[in-house]
Formats: sequence, C-alpha cells, structure tokens
Amino acid sequence: MNPVFSNLLTALARFLIFPGLLFAVPAAWFFLWVERKAVALMQERVGPPFMQPFWDFVKLLGKSTPPRPGIAGFIMRAWPLIAVGSAAGAVGLLPVLPSQGGFEGDLILLLALLELPSICIIAAGFSSRSIFGEIGSAREAALSVSYNIVFLLAIVSIAASQHTFRLEDLAALPSSPLRWLGVLAILICLPAKLHINPFSLPNAEQEIYSGPMTEYAGPELAMWELAHGLEWVAATGLVATLVAPHMAISSWMLAWLAGGIFVVLSIAVVLVLSALAAATARLAIDSSVRFYWQCTLIFAVLAISSALLMRFRS
Amino acid sequence: MKLWKRLMCTARRKSPWLFHMNSGSCNGCDIEIIAALAPRYDAEQLGVLLQGSPRHADILVVTGPVTKKAVGAVKTVYDQVCGPKAVVAIGSCPATTNVFIDSRTLDGPLDKHLPVDVFVPGCPPRPDAIVAGVVKAATLLAERGYAAEKTEVETVVIGDPEACTSCCASKPQEGAEVQP
Repeated sequence: MNPVFSNLLTALARFLIFPGLLFAVPAAWFFLWVERKAVALMQERVGPPFMQPFWDFVKLLGKSTPPRPGIAGFIMRAWPLIAVGSAAGAVGLLPVLPSQGGFEGDLILLLALLELPSICIIAAGFSSRSIFGEIGSAREAALSVSYNIVFLLAIVSIAASQHTFRLEDLAALPSSPLRWLGVLAILICLPAKLHINPFSLPNAEQEIYSGPMTEYAGPELAMWELAHGLEWVAATGLVATLVAPHMAISSWMLAWLAGGIFVVLSIAVVLVLSALAAATARLAIDSSVRFYWQCTLIFAVLAISSALLMRFRS
Repeated sequence: MKLWKRLMCTARRKSPWLFHMNSGSCNGCDIEIIAALAPRYDAEQLGVLLQGSPRHADILVVTGPVTKKAVGAVKTVYDQVCGPKAVVAIGSCPATTNVFIDSRTLDGPLDKHLPVDVFVPGCPPRPDAIVAGVVKAATLLAERGYAAEKTEVETVVIGDPEACTSCCASKPQEGAEVQP
C-alpha cells in the first residue's frame, strides 16, 4: 500500500476510532459520571445512575434555544463546536498505540489543542453579552494566565531534559525524578484546567449563575458538556501517557494491554481529582491566582532550570 | 425517527434540571428544597440537578406567594427557561397565597401569571413530596413529547390537599387530580 495513503488512514482511524471520537465520546460521558458518582459517594449520597451524562446530553439536544440573529449569534453558536473539535483532536493525538510518522503525539500541537477550549470559553462568555458571562470569562482569563505558566514550564522541563517534543518518545524514555516533578506540577494545574473545586471559579455555579455558559441553552450547552468531558479524557490521558510504563507493542495482545493500562491510569487520575473536588470548597479568585504565582511557580522554575542544567552537562 | 422520539422522552424523564425561583417566600420551602437535594433525600439519583442559570433548566421551581415586586421577575425568568418546560409550585403560598391571602402587597397566587403544572402543597412540604413533584413534572414533560402539542394544562397536586387547606383559606385548584 502507498505509505502516504496508509499514514492518512492510520491518522483518520486514530481521530475517528481509538483514541479518537468513537472511544472518546463514551469515555467523556463515563468520566463525567465517575466524577459525579465519586463526589456523591464521598458525600454519602447514592449519586447519579450510570447513564446520566448520556441522558443529559440527549435531553439538551431536544431543547429549544433562544433566537440568536446575525453574525454575533452565529459566532456565539460556533464557540462550543470549536471547543468540541479541538478537545477531540487533543484526545486523538494521545500516543496510546505506536504511530508511523505524521504528527501523532506532537507535544506542541497537543498543548495548543488542550488550550483552545479554554480560549473558546473566554470568547463565549464575552460574546454572550451577559454580565455573568463576562465576569466568568474574566476569571477564566486570569486563572488561565496563572496556571498555564506552571503547566507549560512543567511540560517544557520534561521535554527539554529528554531532548524531544514528541510525546511518544517522551513516554518511551526511562522515567527520571524530573519527570515525576513535572507530572506533579501538571496534576496541580488540572483542577484549574477542568474547572473543578477548589478552582471552579469561571463557571462558579449559583455564585455568578453559570459564568460564561449562562446564556447557552439546549444543543449548544450539550456541546459544552461534551467538550468538558473530552477535556477530562485528554487531560487525564496526558498524565496517563507520561506515567504509564512503556512497552514495545509487538502483538495485538500487548496493544490491548497498553490500551487497558491507559484507561485504568486515566480513571485513577479522575478519582484523585474528584476526591480533591469533594474535599475542598471554592477559593476566591485572588487566592487562586496567588496560589499559582506564589506557591507553585517556584517549583516550576526549579524544574526548568534543572532541566536546562542537565541538558548543558550532557 | 420514532426511536429518537422515544429516546428523547426517556431522556426528559431521567434528567430534570431545576431552576429555583423565590417569589417572596419565607425561606421555609427553600430550605426544604435544599434538603431534597442534600444527602438524606439525594435527588441526584433521579437525575435532578439544581442549575445556576434559567437557560439550562427544564423545570422552574417556584416558592412564595408572588409579591407585587416579584411578578415581573417571575414572568421574565419563566420566559428565559427554554422549552419544553414545566412549572412546579412548592408550598401552599404559590397555590393559594396561604396566610397572606388578601394582602395588599401580593399579586398571587402563582397560576394567575404562569401555567403551573404541579402543585406541592404544605407549609412547608416534606422533601420527599418535593422530589415526587419534580419527578411528576419530568414525567409530564416526557408525555408531552409524545403528544404533538400541549393542548391544555393538566394540574397535579402532590400529597394530601387537606394538609394544605388546613392552613389555607381556599383549596388550591378545583377538580385537580390528587396523587397519593
């Protein structure tokens, strides 16, 4: 078979089947359920039934939306679709199975796609012209500037110490103390990235209505929920890829094993984050920003400077 | 197409999202709504979620006897809820204006302004009655998905209407169906 054609076919299969849409959409609903159920169990409640995120999604698809005339309404409707597309693309880039070239597992593209939903949220809040949406967007912007410094420095320090920007090669290299430091920094940033307690400031339920999502209804809101679920899959999958033991995949059995380890590690990350969300209350915006700038930035700077030192010595 | 319609009806029954609106309540019913959502009664196991924005809600939960100041807000919030939607009146106040009847500060009861689907009488009603009322409203939403158009407002009273009239001046609704 023509190698270009087969590369294209593999990339399409990755985006559409595994770990792309066909896997990622049910996984997104499953992770949303795991998060809600875990929080409910920790509060001694029964919690939602297994199919709950799916029913919520279907119900939202069947609701009407307020009329949104003109180009402003079109732009407002476009943001959730862009968010879903970029989050699904980020999931499709995760190197669960080995690739043959192309840009699967490219770290810079993955980070860009992971960042896009949060930019969409900021833009959506402002384009909805609701005062609560604008407050939520301003909070999201402030929070995003704070946690992204730490998040990006952590990933750059891992990449710089290993001389590569391909996630697949990073996962293949033996683990070092620096990588664990980086994974820890990423884990600290994930609650802010996924808008869960203690950093659920942008969509602070009840406090500022629903933040940037206040004006969204029906199918648009369903897309936001889906984008949020896909962000869960992508973000936990990134941690799972960095933590998972690497194995050379030679047979189908090993490929299934690698996929299984990936899913189990992702669920473990979801459970850790849910426990944190259940145990904490929402912080104020100034405390959150101060937390990232004062408490965690120093570790990120230490990590990147040691990575650079290691690089010069080697 | 028929399968999609059936799926949609099941989804509407299983995922009622609430928006809570206080139209001058004494806060008695409001804390009972919170109790219905809190761990002891845990309405989330039926898919019930309290939403922050009326745009996200399916069911508008109204407490209070509708004061003159609140009429505009109640109508606005009802229009902000996207269809298909239902209204649940919690407590005796929105049903009959309760002990505040004939007050010059009121413009109630609630069904003067909105089509109310389910009444949950009581002063305040028990949390399990509130959960039953919300589930009944979700079932009504699902049934209306089968019927092409909403022809007439069917009103349901949850619990014992005598418990309501014992403290109220008048009955909530004549000819209303009573759900034990």
